[in-house]
Parts: sequence; structure tokens; C-alpha cells
Amino acid sequence: MSSNTLVTPDHIADPIPVETRGRAKRRHGGTHLILIALAVMWLIPLLWTLYTALRPKAETDKYGYFSVGGAYNFENFSKAWEQAGLGTYFVNSVIITVPTVLLTLLFASMMAFAVSRFSWRFNVTLLIMFTAGNLLPPQVLAAPLFSIFKFVPLPLSISDSGNFLNTYYSVIMVNTAFQIGFCTFVLSNYMKALPHELTEAALVDGAGVWKQYYSIVMPLCRPALAALGTLEVIFIYNEFFWPLLFIQSGSRLPITTGIKNLQGQFLNDYNLIAAGATFTIIPTLIIYIMLQRHFVAGLTLGASKG
Amino acid sequence: MSTQVASPAAASRAKQPAPRRGGGSHKLSAGDKGVLAVMVGIPTLIQLILVWIPMVLSIALSFTKWNALALSDIKPAGLSNYDFVLNNYPPFWPAVEHNIIWLLFLAVVATPLGLFLAVLLDQNIRGSRFYQSVFFTPVMLSLPLIAIIWQLMYARNEGLINNVLGTANGPNAVDWFGDSSINLWAALIAATWRHAGYIMVLYLAGLKGIDPSLREAAAIDGASSGQTFFRVVFPSMRPINIVVVVITIIEALRAFDIVYIINRGTNGLELIGALVVQNLVGEGQVIGVGSALAVMLLVVSLVPITFYLARTFRRGD
Repeated sequence: MSSNTLVTPDHIADPIPVETRGRAKRRHGGTHLILIALAVMWLIPLLWTLYTALRPKAETDKYGYFSVGGAYNFENFSKAWEQAGLGTYFVNSVIITVPTVLLTLLFASMMAFAVSRFSWRFNVTLLIMFTAGNLLPPQVLAAPLFSIFKFVPLPLSISDSGNFLNTYYSVIMVNTAFQIGFCTFVLSNYMKALPHELTEAALVDGAGVWKQYYSIVMPLCRPALAALGTLEVIFIYNEFFWPLLFIQSGSRLPITTGIKNLQGQFLNDYNLIAAGATFTIIPTLIIYIMLQRHFVAGLTLGASKG
Repeated sequence: MSTQVASPAAASRAKQPAPRRGGGSHKLSAGDKGVLAVMVGIPTLIQLILVWIPMVLSIALSFTKWNALALSDIKPAGLSNYDFVLNNYPPFWPAVEHNIIWLLFLAVVATPLGLFLAVLLDQNIRGSRFYQSVFFTPVMLSLPLIAIIWQLMYARNEGLINNVLGTANGPNAVDWFGDSSINLWAALIAATWRHAGYIMVLYLAGLKGIDPSLREAAAIDGASSGQTFFRVVFPSMRPINIVVVVITIIEALRAFDIVYIINRGTNGLELIGALVVQNLVGEGQVIGVGSALAVMLLVVSLVPITFYLARTFRRGD
């Protein structure tokens, strides 16, 4: 996080007078105590989940959940994977997440380019409308979207329900529409900060609008696109609401919505529930470890200079 | 869905040089104008069909009676859905109360906790990165997953908390998510676990962006560190503060996922967002009632949204 390039570097020198610094030092001892206490509190739920998942049900029944006795193994993981059909859920998550993120970045970057590099009559109005749409609670749109998807027919060769319900399309479309607003806003701020001479020179050289977008502006937006892309992958992967509303068949649910069934399936087998939960953390954790810098940059993107 | 609020977006236009609008549209060829029209047209059409029109339809549906079976069944109903929700729908007022509690809890506990974490971590202390990663991890997790993880903490006999309290497997075991007098607070703790880390990240960026000379000047003037923070540092983070206020309000209005996983938003966990879904999903769909609830949510949401947009886009461009 400290390497977040979008944020101004801090603490260039330490100009604070010596006595104050002494006080600051002493305070740091207390700071560490508070931070350690809070960090432990923050980690306990995660560690408890992992710990419960690693113990077979028979052992926890015998020794109790709050104990150290008995065997530890990965039995719960293989059982949870098979019984809950987690593999299918994960595939569905990929089917939904990848096109959504690509479409969102494509459409948002086109819109952002048009509103930030050219001035025309309603560009700011549209940008405001886009941003507003993203901030609405999704429940506001739930009933009409559900009805539209139910009553707009699709050929049976594309959708076995004959309409948009129970399809990946519905979830991809709505997720894309919902995310375009936010991404357009962030990207337009970013593009506005690029020097105008760049595209002007290209214009003089006879480059058309599409060439300016594709060959000049987009490559310069790579840091912002990487940050937004990472952020959006996590957002869409974590999205619960739209699949809940549009997809009835369990075999098409993405993992985040699918895990609502864990409790029903495993009743009170908390060891299996814990194993299932641990599985769903893994992809996020991998992305977090690999792309943490981009994710944090994405979250704070607009908040700094943009 | 609460993650979506992420428009931590900016607000700080004032600092940007006004863009020079070179290449004014009069210089564009017809072909270029066509390309631009497509680049604007497609995203706008998507927004129109999937966001703006449904928003208007939501308002329209709230004045109808409909079970979602066939389009021809839609009957005008006047204000009867609103009348029903306000006067004859038992979960409504508890839900309003719970949404308000949710907002107050985030505003008084979770958001300040995030700010507190950011201030502690901004002091260049050893292990800062590790702590940041710890507090930030729940921000990466989905809200349903957070509900499940906390269910493992809260369960009567199997949960860690009852076991630590020594009440597990006994008559005094606390059913944290099941007991309607405490489950809202239990859910709020789970929500705080995530919210505080999110706010922390925003404020860490804000604190790093503060001109060090501000603190120097305050220190030279003999301000204590408390005074420096509250009188100098905090007010100078105004753009971030606005974003954080808006995010906190919108998160409270959107609150849904955690309670829906626990018990679909019933028995002490009623929230407006969950009531909307209860009326739309499953058998006995009551679209009109669900829409009336959605419209109330919309009207309230427009307050922070308008405030935010007015602030952000004020410097006319």
C-alpha cells in the first residue's frame, strides 16, 4: 500500500522538534499495543474458520469445538467441495466475472474518453447521471429488471427458460450497467489529467477519434485500468444480489450467491460450512496477495488526484 | 452489494487544471463524429435500458397491484401499496428503525474506528504494512461470506464466543444471530469488521496526501498532537470526509446481504432492502408492495447522492 503510486509521497523529512519526537516515541509503544490487540481481534474470525475446517466432525463432537484434541486433516474440504458442488459455482463465477469486467472497462473507457477529451453539450450531465446510477441501492431497480427479464423473450436455443431469467446474460448485463457509472467517473478524471497536447498533436497528424482513444489515451490509462480491473474483479466476484434475483437454478449460481445454500445443505455441520467458506476465500486471497497494490489504488483512485 | 458504493471518487477537482478543450467538435470530421456518437451511445443506451428506465418503472409499479404472472394482470392501485406498507405491514417500522440504527452504528462506531486505525497506521510505525493487510482483509470478502464466518463465531454450541464465555452447550448459551433482542447488534459487529477496514484505506490515502508543512506549522505554533489532528489535519481532508460520509450513509441504506444470509431479514433483522427482496422473490410475489418499499429507499437515497454529486461536480465543467 505504501507503494501506491497514485498517492503523494509522505513524510519527506522529519521536521518535528526533538522533544516532540521523544513524546512520539513513547506513544508508539501504546500504539503497538492497541494495534496488536485490534489485529488479533480482526484475525480471530478467520483463524477460527480455518481451525474449525481442519478438524473432522467426529473429533469436535468428542472434544468440543473449543479444544485442541484430536486429528487435523483436509477431509472436510474434499467433502464440502463434492457435496456442495463448489466446482460448478466457481466456474459460474468465472463465466460471469470475466465478461462483466471486460465489458465494463471497454464501455466505461469509451464514455470517459468522450466526456473528458471533448466538450459537447450534455457531457457533464451524462457523467452526473452515470455516477448517480452507480450509487443507487440495487433494490430500487430489482422489480422492473426482474419483470423485463421475465417478459422479454429469448430464443430457446440461447436460453432454456425462453427469457432472460436463469441466464448468465441477465447477471452480466446488469452488473455491467451498474459498474459502468463508477468506472466512467474514475477514468474520466484520469483522462482529464492527461495533457491535451497529446491528442492535439495526433489530430494534427490526421489521427481519427478512434485512433486517439485506442493508440494514445488507452495505453496511458494502463495504471488506472489495472487498478479498476482488479477492483471490479473483486466486486463482481463478491456480488450477491443480482444472481440471487435472476438465477433460480442452483447449477448456474456463482459462488458468492451459492454459499447461501451451505447452511441448508450442511445443516449444523459447522466443520463443513467452515471448509466451504474457506474455499471461497481462496480466490480473493490470491488476488489480494498478487494485486493488492492495484486493488488499494483502485479504492483510493478517485480520492487522490485521479 | 455494499461494496459497490466504492465511488471513493474524488471530489478533488479543484486541484485539477481546467482541461483545455482542444479539438473542439467543430474540427471533427463527420466520420469522427460518428465514432464519438457510438462511443457515447452504447454506454448511454445500456444505462438507459438497465438503470434509468427501470428506476422510472419502479415508481410506476409502486402504484399498481401485480403478482408478476402476466403483464395483463397489472392493475392500477393508486396509493394503496403505500397505505398498506405504512399502516398494515408489520415489518415496515421495525425495518426503518433498524436501518437508522445501522446508520448510527456505522457513523458512530465503524467509521470512526476506521479513521482511528488510519491515524495509528499513518505514524510510520514498524509493521504498518502487516497491520494494514490484517485490517484490510475483510474488505476483500463478500458480505455473505462475512455472515457465514460470523455465524461460526456466534453459533450457540459450536461458536467460539459462547465457548469462550463458557455458556456453550448450556441453558445460558446465547443465540447471537437468533435472539431478536441482540441479533441486530451481532450483525452490526460483523458489518463493522469489514467497514472499518474500508474507511481505513480511504483515510490512509487522505492522510498521506496532506502537506507536511501543515503539521510543521501547527507544531511550531505549539499545537498538541490532538489539536493538530482535529483543527488542522482532519479539516484539510475535506474531500475524503465527504466521500466517507456518503459511503457510510449509502452502505447503511444498502445493508442487506448479511441479514439475508442469517435469516432473510426477519425476526429482529428487518431492513428495508431485505423487505424489498422478500416481496419480489419466491412465491406470492407482491410487486406493488416491493416497489413501494423500493421507491421509499430511492427517495431517501437521493439525499446523499444529490449532496455528493453537487459537491463533486460543482466546479462547473
